[in-house]
Amino acid sequence: MTTRSEVMTLKTEPFAVNFGPVHPSTHGVFRMRAVLDGEVVLDIEPVFGYLHRGVEKLAEERTFTGFIPLTDRLDYISSMSNGLAYVLAAEKLAGIKVPERAEYIRVIMAELQRIANHCIAVGAFLNDCGAFFTPFLYLFREREKIIDLFEMVSGQRLTYNYMRIGGVSQDLPEEFLPALRKFVDQMARFIEEYDFFLKQNEVLLARARGVGILSQETAINCGISGPVLRASGAAWDLRKADPYSIYNRFDFDIPVGATGDSYDRYRVRVEEIRQSLRIIRQAMEQIPGGPVMADVPRPLHPPTGEAYAHIESPKGELGFYLVSDGSIAPYRCHVRPTSLINLTALREMVRGWKVADMIIIFGSIDITMGEVDR
Amino acid sequence: MTIALSGKDVAGRIEKSLPGAVVESGTGYIIVKGDSLPAVARLLKETPELDFDYLNYITAVDYFDFFEVIYQLTSLAHNHSLVVKARCPDRRSPSLPSVVSIWQGADFQERELYDLMGISFEGHPNMKRIFLWEGFDGHPLRKDYLK
Repeated sequence: MTTRSEVMTLKTEPFAVNFGPVHPSTHGVFRMRAVLDGEVVLDIEPVFGYLHRGVEKLAEERTFTGFIPLTDRLDYISSMSNGLAYVLAAEKLAGIKVPERAEYIRVIMAELQRIANHCIAVGAFLNDCGAFFTPFLYLFREREKIIDLFEMVSGQRLTYNYMRIGGVSQDLPEEFLPALRKFVDQMARFIEEYDFFLKQNEVLLARARGVGILSQETAINCGISGPVLRASGAAWDLRKADPYSIYNRFDFDIPVGATGDSYDRYRVRVEEIRQSLRIIRQAMEQIPGGPVMADVPRPLHPPTGEAYAHIESPKGELGFYLVSDGSIAPYRCHVRPTSLINLTALREMVRGWKVADMIIIFGSIDITMGEVDR
Repeated sequence: MTIALSGKDVAGRIEKSLPGAVVESGTGYIIVKGDSLPAVARLLKETPELDFDYLNYITAVDYFDFFEVIYQLTSLAHNHSLVVKARCPDRRSPSLPSVVSIWQGADFQERELYDLMGISFEGHPNMKRIFLWEGFDGHPLRKDYLK
């Protein structure tokens, strides 16, 4: 017979649990091997590779232009930004100058994409917090309007294949700018309403504030970029720090967080939606007429050499490193994977927190597996 | 605008404390000896005027005769950048010292290079394949697969 004192001294031991690869909280085919002590996370080991398609190798078998559709499949939540980063690298390599109108179109698309991405990031994060699907659905409704705009210019709803080396694939249709103006006004009203409901929401504050703090020092040492880095207090945004395209012509602020907790990461994204709307408003005012495509030789033979171009994608620094041997295909194409590098500090961030907090911390980083595994 | 530092200036500075570490230098890049990579990395990070605290990315290219490993560095405070390269001529078992202890961001990327390019990084705390499974034959990003 077990006595009471024997029960009290019951031995416990840590055990390993797999989260994913197929699990709603992991936002894709990501697997976390977590070692738990009861409900407390002692350690995790991220396991990758379930969506590895060898994109970098595939690039070597394609022409420089032929690789553009594959970039859409990296971070498929924000395909426009991927295309932009790639064509900037190819243009740097080949020394191509892009027409003014195309630069403005690119900025408008990249900022719309940022809003669409943050709609998903914020919505999914609130989902993880337990606000099950109500805020997510409202944000999805708004994202749908952006997708309609993208469909108007590219004919696609997810993999746009719109950016081209030397410009964009086609000019804006006549009805685009009026529709965009309508969207921007309406989105500005929506985000105020949304923020009003959630900014001081007690459940959100209780679940996210102070949870998963990432210090600025660790963030920088881990090479973390984007909203995650800025939430930790570093005002590092490539649109300001290393302006590409025509970003130096626009007036906008870089939102930063104070403590680097999950709540700050959420706040930075909401604020970035406002700033993107500001940029789009200015771009709509300034956009000139003219061609949308430079005179690019076909097929394109960039001279022998190497180039790296990076952009501030919605998730952080997205870059392409291209090496040309003078042929029509890249000799080497490397993607600087924002999502993979942003996961570097995950282990430190979740240690010591409960399982439910681990889900929130992971959700607040905002990754896409297509870009992690490539 | 991020300013690409002159490789010659940086090389001169490194040469003072680590003679013979830099093999070649040019506009915006230096090529260092594999063995002296950690010492150079530490110097680049800890010299206040250079202050390369941010490792953008690591990648490698297979040039048949050697593997070139590329480290893109940025200083967030000074907003300048530098590319550091190291070469491994050994095709059978190429290896370089790891820089994870200097920039933690190298962790997954060095594993990726080990997995896809077959370059092992000595001193990495967890040097195993990251995307492909253990036992996969070969390293896909090498130029071994000719048409």
